[in-house]
Amino acid sequence: MRGRGLLGSPVLWVGLLFAALLLRMDALRPLLQRVFPGVEPVVYNRDSFLALFLSQLGLVAVASLAASLVGVALAVFVTRPAGRDFRAMVNALATVGQTFPPAAVLAIAVPMVGFGARPTVIALFLYGLLPIIENAVAGLEGVPQGVREAAEGMGLSAWQRLQQVDLPLAAPVILAGIRVSVTIAIGTATIGSTVGALTLGTPIFDGLVANKIPFVIEGAVLVALFAIFTDMLFGRLERWLRPLAD
Amino acid sequence: MIEIDRVTKSYGDRRVVDSLSVTVGAGELCVLLGSSGCGKSTTLRMINRLIPTDAGSIRVGGEDVTRVPAEALRRRIGYAIQSIGLFPHWTVEDNIATVPRLLKWRLAQVRERVTELLELFRLDPETYRRKYPHQLSGGEQQRVGVARALAADPEVLLMDEPFAAVDPITRDALQVELAHIHRATGKTIVFVTHDIEEALRLATVIAIMDSGRIVQLGAPLDILEHPANDFVRDFVGHQGLGLKLLSVRRIGDRLRRGETTEGEPLSLDASLADALSAMTARRADRLPVCDAEGRRIGVIALADLVR
Repeated sequence: MRGRGLLGSPVLWVGLLFAALLLRMDALRPLLQRVFPGVEPVVYNRDSFLALFLSQLGLVAVASLAASLVGVALAVFVTRPAGRDFRAMVNALATVGQTFPPAAVLAIAVPMVGFGARPTVIALFLYGLLPIIENAVAGLEGVPQGVREAAEGMGLSAWQRLQQVDLPLAAPVILAGIRVSVTIAIGTATIGSTVGALTLGTPIFDGLVANKIPFVIEGAVLVALFAIFTDMLFGRLERWLRPLAD
Repeated sequence: MIEIDRVTKSYGDRRVVDSLSVTVGAGELCVLLGSSGCGKSTTLRMINRLIPTDAGSIRVGGEDVTRVPAEALRRRIGYAIQSIGLFPHWTVEDNIATVPRLLKWRLAQVRERVTELLELFRLDPETYRRKYPHQLSGGEQQRVGVARALAADPEVLLMDEPFAAVDPITRDALQVELAHIHRATGKTIVFVTHDIEEALRLATVIAIMDSGRIVQLGAPLDILEHPANDFVRDFVGHQGLGLKLLSVRRIGDRLRRGETTEGEPLSLDASLADALSAMTARRADRLPVCDAEGRRIGVIALADLVR
């Protein structure tokens, strides 16, 4: 894989395509005008795509970072002797968070925290928690019994065991959970536009409301590329971490 | 060195260790021998407090183990287990250096100690230092596991069936190495196994356990010659008793000093079983014997084996 170099890597090409469309969607204007005659403007222009992307990136980053910290912390807690009893409860809560449709969370959150970014971040956070907790618990429990016993028997303290043995060994599995969570969050963030958050979903919803299909397509393609590109970056990161655990 | 005094441990209604007392002297290699569920592992794990006792006391080097913080206690007691438990994300060097680093040894000192231990286990330091556990064979992993247990030069070494998972040939080699290391370092070792042959081979003293108690405590030869009861007799086995006796006696005990004969010499430390095997294979009733430096010092004869 590494031998193929950067040029042969699909990450680079997807990234370039994404960046190009983000900055120069204008260049497709003649093509779009040909396909959708009579629609004017044919390229979404209320906000720049870059601004929409950066806003969505911010929402996803804040929500996913919080979900990762809270999720991993909860997983660590329920896999320690002191927290074992809370395992079922934490799992149930996370599952509830996952079961609630994000649209419903938004609807409930808006009256409490108002319109805009905040209800979106809350919805993304709750929605993203489950995959992170599930993977982190699986990763921490997957540390071989013999390794844990040896670590304890040699006199590593509970904190040293967590930080030097459990977390490094569970890291690839934890990261896989974060990857899933972030990818879901990118897609889900778009519905934040219905409550006034700025995301690449904004042209989609505007397009639907105003019956302007090109806007829908532009937004959808960009969101898809955003998700794919991020997923690929995580894939890279995982491969880089993986050899440590084998 | 290790005094276990009326120690009891129960899980629910089941008494796994039942008012067990045993004293292991400094430099002894004490084997706790018994079938699974007899409480031997539990006993071992109470010494380094991986399992708390219900009653009774355990002293290591005269000090009650509950008086010291568990981590400090464990850092001065080596611990090697069947599953080895090498840290897969650390190199051989990092694994061996675990306890010295916890004890904050100087870097150069740690490095020197790792080299010394790898050499002791006949693993070339420059080749093996940077390897990861998954790049080692089972036998090499277990050598590193024992090296790691010995790294901080602990007063006491606890070993829980360390060689049970390796193939018989490797196990043989590891047993020889452990016996050698025990003689060379004079460490006090408590060794858990269910394998009578392994016990006879390694132990200076054997504690045979059943239902959480010690049924008989004694030197290997003692136990073979004077089993305390039918349980012990069954456990050590009637069949092949003679061969087992030969396996615990050394050639040195039956040596005819000063005599000489032709052929490849046997070591003074080899067992009489080894001598019998060599005689059978070479169709000879007398074989020369050499000391640790390789000097021929005498002869062992077939008739001496049954004396």
